[in-house]
Amino acid sequence: MTPLKLVAVTAGLSRPSSTRLLADRLAEAARLRLAEEHEVEVRVVELRDLAVDIANNLVTGFPAPALRDAVEAVAGADGLIAVTPIFTGSYSGLFKSFFDVIDNTALAGKPVVLGATGGTARHSLALEHALRPMFSYLRAITVPTAVYAASEDWGTSGDAGVDGLATRITRAAGELAGLMARRPPAVEPAAAEPAGTAAPFENVVPFERQLAALRPINGR
Amino acid sequence: MTAIQFGIFTVGDVTTDPTTGTTPSERERIKAMVALALKAEEIGLDVFATGEHHNPPFVPSSPTTMLGYIAARTERLLLSTATTLITTNDPVKIAEDYAMLQHLADGRVDLMLGRGNTGPVYPWFGQDIRNGIALAIENYALLRRLWTEDVVDWEGRFRTPLQGFTSTPRPMDGVAPFVWHGSIRSPEIAEQAAYYGDGFFANHIFWPKEHTERMITLYRQRFAHYGHGTPEQAFVGLGGQIFMRRNSQDAVREFRPYFDNAPVYGHGPSLEEFTEQTPLTVGSPQQIIDKTLTFREYVGDYQRQLFLVDHAGLPLKTALEQLDLLGEEVLPVLRKELAVNRPSQVPDAPTHQALVARRDAEAGREPTVAAGSAS
Repeated sequence: MTPLKLVAVTAGLSRPSSTRLLADRLAEAARLRLAEEHEVEVRVVELRDLAVDIANNLVTGFPAPALRDAVEAVAGADGLIAVTPIFTGSYSGLFKSFFDVIDNTALAGKPVVLGATGGTARHSLALEHALRPMFSYLRAITVPTAVYAASEDWGTSGDAGVDGLATRITRAAGELAGLMARRPPAVEPAAAEPAGTAAPFENVVPFERQLAALRPINGR
Repeated sequence: MTAIQFGIFTVGDVTTDPTTGTTPSERERIKAMVALALKAEEIGLDVFATGEHHNPPFVPSSPTTMLGYIAARTERLLLSTATTLITTNDPVKIAEDYAMLQHLADGRVDLMLGRGNTGPVYPWFGQDIRNGIALAIENYALLRRLWTEDVVDWEGRFRTPLQGFTSTPRPMDGVAPFVWHGSIRSPEIAEQAAYYGDGFFANHIFWPKEHTERMITLYRQRFAHYGHGTPEQAFVGLGGQIFMRRNSQDAVREFRPYFDNAPVYGHGPSLEEFTEQTPLTVGSPQQIIDKTLTFREYVGDYQRQLFLVDHAGLPLKTALEQLDLLGEEVLPVLRKELAVNRPSQVPDAPTHQALVARRDAEAGREPTVAAGSAS
């Protein structure tokens, strides 16, 4: 059986990074949930390493080899974990730019869990007001639980009113795993291929049909 | 007959020379484009093609005016475009303008159709960019009829209907100019070129070669699908950008400031990254030859190679020196090497004479090449 492909995209900038840590925790929790019935390949994409390639792609319109590899991994994933630090009230520019250079149909129908990190919990709704609409535009299937990790979350285990970070990670990962397990294996949609691929085109509309679509309604 | 035509294409940008801060006037830039065309004929190139733009910093808004002037001052050079905007120009005016140019230039005319890459041009000319592909398809369908049928009744989605319309002058010898369809990324346009058995031109400048390979492969397969011949018999043109000096280090040193500040790709990847990842070649004439000879490995034997030599503020003098080197050191080798192992079924580059001969052969009649046609 082909292993399920789980890709975690992290836009953390420091080393070590709490954003990366959250991405790893989510990936591991999802892998464990799936492991009983599925082999899972986990790949982590660190956007920090691709920062210059992403900027260059914005300028040139095509990805350098390392970025192309990362874009293809995301497009071909069965499930995606997307984690960003919250900057200036929203996702970071690097995080947004990465998804800007991916074809806007590449994530259609793909299960995604959203995560974010920040200094205080005051910015947690950026997940709902910034990240979720962006992934809705991309027609991804975002799971209901999005995970925000403030600095304090790494040292507390929740209380009567709030689930701790570990609980929220487990719940989000479980939702992702459930969707991944029920989904047919990922096929990369042709349109999701970045500029620079030599793979043959699929599903080219025959010219007669392109012409016919233009006939005036009452015309000849 | 020329198996493969070599030429230059120019975008016609007015760009400040980053090394001197000098900006040519529009008049200087227009005259520089003409000087390059005349030089192209002098050094033995086959084709000069001009862009069409309707916004600063570009000057060539009126290609047939420029090409008509060049036609009067040349004898052999084939005049073309890169590209003619099939989306926002009225196809009736394209039919008229290029048939007129074809007569004046004794058949030394073809054109490359494209959709254009400047969003506001659509609304400026009363169109909607979301109809880009549909405009390219409908307008070209009309353009072909205007050239092949003497009297046209027509109704479409985008233009005023025509009743009993005759486009004049009629194409020279009754044969329309050859048409190339250019597109950077739209398979629909490769499909269109294949459907009609027209040429397909890949820009082949800004993106990796794999992208060009993919578009050409699709075009060749669909050309055969529509019964125009084998995939190898399709008509393929490629762009390319070069900068050379006799010594490759001199070429890199001199070109770098122009590359770094180029309007399209400047301030992005380094010159080294870009030459590694795309067909751009900067170096000695031998390096230009070596790189250019790799093109047919991934697109097959082809019919037209156009080079960009004059953008990003490069002075006219430098661009003319590029053409000197091209004519003296590069062209003779490329012509010789590309003839080696070129299969006999691969067609020669299309010319007016060849199209007239083909039409006559298909109609089973005697050759009718008009007096005054260039041979």
